[in-house]
Amino acid sequence: MGYPHKPHAKEALVLSQHFGDPDARSLSGWKKRGGYQALEKALGMAPADIVNVVKASGLRGRGGAGFPTGVKWSFMKPGDGKPHYLCCNADESEPGTFKDREIMRWTPHALVEGCAIGSHAIGAETCYIYIRGEFTEPLVRMEAALKEAYDAGILGANAMGTGKRIDIYVHKGAGAYICGEETALMESIEGKRGNPRIKPPFPAVSGVFGKPTTINNVETLAAVPHILMRGAEWYSKLTLSNPKSMGTKLFSVCGNVARPGNYEVVLGFPFKDFLYDLCGGPPPGRKFRAIIPGGSSVPIQTMEEAEATLMDYEGFVAQGTMLGSGGVIIFDDAQNLPRMMARIARFYAHESCGQCTQCREGTAWMTKILERIVAGHGTYEDLDTIFDMSDNMTGRTICVLSDSCAAPVVSAIKKFRGDFEKLIPKKQGTVAVAAD
Amino acid sequence: MSGTENAAPYAPVLVGKRREELEAILKRYPTKMAALLPALWMIQDERGWVPNEGIEEVAAALGLTPAYVKGVISFYTMYHQHPVGRHFVQVCTTSPCGACGAEDVVKAFLEHTGCKELGLTSPDGKYTVIEVECLGACGFPTPVMINAEFLESVTPERVPSILAQLK
Repeated sequence: MGYPHKPHAKEALVLSQHFGDPDARSLSGWKKRGGYQALEKALGMAPADIVNVVKASGLRGRGGAGFPTGVKWSFMKPGDGKPHYLCCNADESEPGTFKDREIMRWTPHALVEGCAIGSHAIGAETCYIYIRGEFTEPLVRMEAALKEAYDAGILGANAMGTGKRIDIYVHKGAGAYICGEETALMESIEGKRGNPRIKPPFPAVSGVFGKPTTINNVETLAAVPHILMRGAEWYSKLTLSNPKSMGTKLFSVCGNVARPGNYEVVLGFPFKDFLYDLCGGPPPGRKFRAIIPGGSSVPIQTMEEAEATLMDYEGFVAQGTMLGSGGVIIFDDAQNLPRMMARIARFYAHESCGQCTQCREGTAWMTKILERIVAGHGTYEDLDTIFDMSDNMTGRTICVLSDSCAAPVVSAIKKFRGDFEKLIPKKQGTVAVAAD
Repeated sequence: MSGTENAAPYAPVLVGKRREELEAILKRYPTKMAALLPALWMIQDERGWVPNEGIEEVAAALGLTPAYVKGVISFYTMYHQHPVGRHFVQVCTTSPCGACGAEDVVKAFLEHTGCKELGLTSPDGKYTVIEVECLGACGFPTPVMINAEFLESVTPERVPSILAQLK
């Protein structure tokens, strides 16, 4: 639902059906709403069969990368004699994204159930839910739900009386965006600085504590019980256009818009309709100007591109950006775009782990240049320097944080160059005069 | 050693109930090192920050060196390596909130707490105000954390009453 607004008729309420309903939080409330039937069913299935159901559903990772979930699960080889681990990525720190916290604070048992099913499917007896330290309420709700589940025998050494062990623990983060990167998340669970690891080896081969591990996003795991109960075919038919993108997605809408909040729509939904109808359009007296639709780590869109977009993985790519985490950041015509980009770059500079020179130096340098431009002391060469730097920051580092810094900044300069040039002082002869 | 020469001597945290809690947490992981973040949270929840003695206590409990523990603390934004005001105010100013007036909320907090600058504790020791990165509540600008309390939809107008309700 467009939580905290009333559900819009064009939304598809699967994950968000119970947002705003406090009764859904408790174990009894969740069971009343059909909860834990999926887990009971799953525990009676062979892990390989569960994996096949999820594969057939077409579910793709909802954290940002969009990797097919069933395929990811199939990388976990059964019978290798090693302990397997499931990690749930609840580190939600991508600017513009605030959907996982709603899943955790309104339907914590949905996540417990999804994690339990996932654990069984990949042969894991232990699951860590990595929740960022700032998420006070989700932490409380998840701990309470886990306690209820343990007390009711749903989790523990004898999950639902099947003799299988399923342990789920919350691991609280301590303030680091980079710990949302799957290998940095594992480092953080192990009690280290959150420095991403180079891949290969991939987590399914050598993950947390060196053992085979799968990392899934909160929204991805929350979809699993629905898929098991209603069937892979049902899920795979939830699409408005593209046969490669199925299911529903929670889009977090924020910035300069009439009705910010979380909206759940079927993938392939027309973005123009979404923005002007569901989200209420721009604030009174304003026009939409630019959108970063996938959390801040994706290229910015002009309104022309946005209004032609169909909201799925391939649809966003076709219009010059990416679906990413689905955090829709909207800027209206009153915003100073260069200033917004400088602040975005500052975010990445702060959050860089520092391992890779191009990222550590590049994010900081990009921030300084942009802040200088915003302050009126920029040069045209600065824009070329940014393009040059971004080349080194893309595809050449251990993780994609530096790519994520370059993408919105470079695309903003390319698509809204006039905004930046307006701030650059013009030179007459050898004397610089103030910008217009 | 901990920079507060007039403070009372450090009282160990990982004793009694907290020790039991730590032992239970240690069962969750195959290594002791993995209990580091949880253990550091215990120190900070009890003492308000992580003093050097806390670092030594955690290191001893987990079989790590104090230098290693310090290295981990310095990575994570939420652990305090110095004492902070009784009410630690963190205002999100990343771009989605920046586009919705977050900077005015920062100014309002600085003005009404008497903190001269970001990061400096107010003269009465009550407040420290800092800017933080995205708090994950972008649809409810501006989110503000005060210690562990998470507030949403904070506007400059609400700041005086928010502060008045703090002890």
